[in-house]
Amino acid sequence: MANRIDRRQFLARGAALASVSLAPAVFASPAEVELELAGLFGDRPIQEGRVTLKVPPIVENGYSVPLTVEVDSPMTAEEHVRRIVLFAEENPQPNIARFTLGPRAGRASIQTRIRMGGSQKIRAVAELSDGSLWSTETFSIVTLAACVIQ
Amino acid sequence: MSNTIRIKAPGQARRGEVMELKAMIRHPMETGYRRDLYGKQIPEDILDRFECRYNGEVVFSAEFFRATAADPFLTFYTVATESGTLEFRWLGQDESVYRESVQLEVK
Repeated sequence: MANRIDRRQFLARGAALASVSLAPAVFASPAEVELELAGLFGDRPIQEGRVTLKVPPIVENGYSVPLTVEVDSPMTAEEHVRRIVLFAEENPQPNIARFTLGPRAGRASIQTRIRMGGSQKIRAVAELSDGSLWSTETFSIVTLAACVIQ
Repeated sequence: MSNTIRIKAPGQARRGEVMELKAMIRHPMETGYRRDLYGKQIPEDILDRFECRYNGEVVFSAEFFRATAADPFLTFYTVATESGTLEFRWLGQDESVYRESVQLEVK
């Protein structure tokens, strides 16, 4: 019988489950996000605004969360978005994704799907062609978190 | 490993038009946090870079991390400048490369 689990396998699985549930949860923190930002942009000031971030306020499945980020920019050769970076404060690792754009993008709008390891703030920071940095954040409640369970 | 790629791009566009492009690849984006049935850690396996090249020039690129969902999906935009090829390329941590191209006619 292919589906039969013998005693040894049963014990091994039980031990595996126990070790997972007892493992200390290591998560990122706002300080870690600041550290990443300092590494990317130095100590340049970050202003609020110009960036729009759309994440559902209540997320049923943290494994696949739709996210839209947009930046208010004409996207011309003189004035465009260079880079957009996304952070999650409470995931095991703060980075979500980074995008590099230019005037050829035509529109500073990106959609993707992310993982969320719990209810938390998602932050987007955009770097424009004049070197200025703009940011926004949004909070989502996650009912089924990614990472924590198998 | 299956690596089905799905691209949605217009076959034709007017010069100067902002085109919407959608790109998805089937990939587990394994974080390295999960364990199998026997408690053994499943090794990290992530596609960490995506590029869209328009006649060879990179017009959009992305870096992915563990918090990018499995089967990474992107919607982004680019301006139609000339007829040619749009190439979509994903690069894995293990140096693997997956690619797909579509032809574009600009009038």
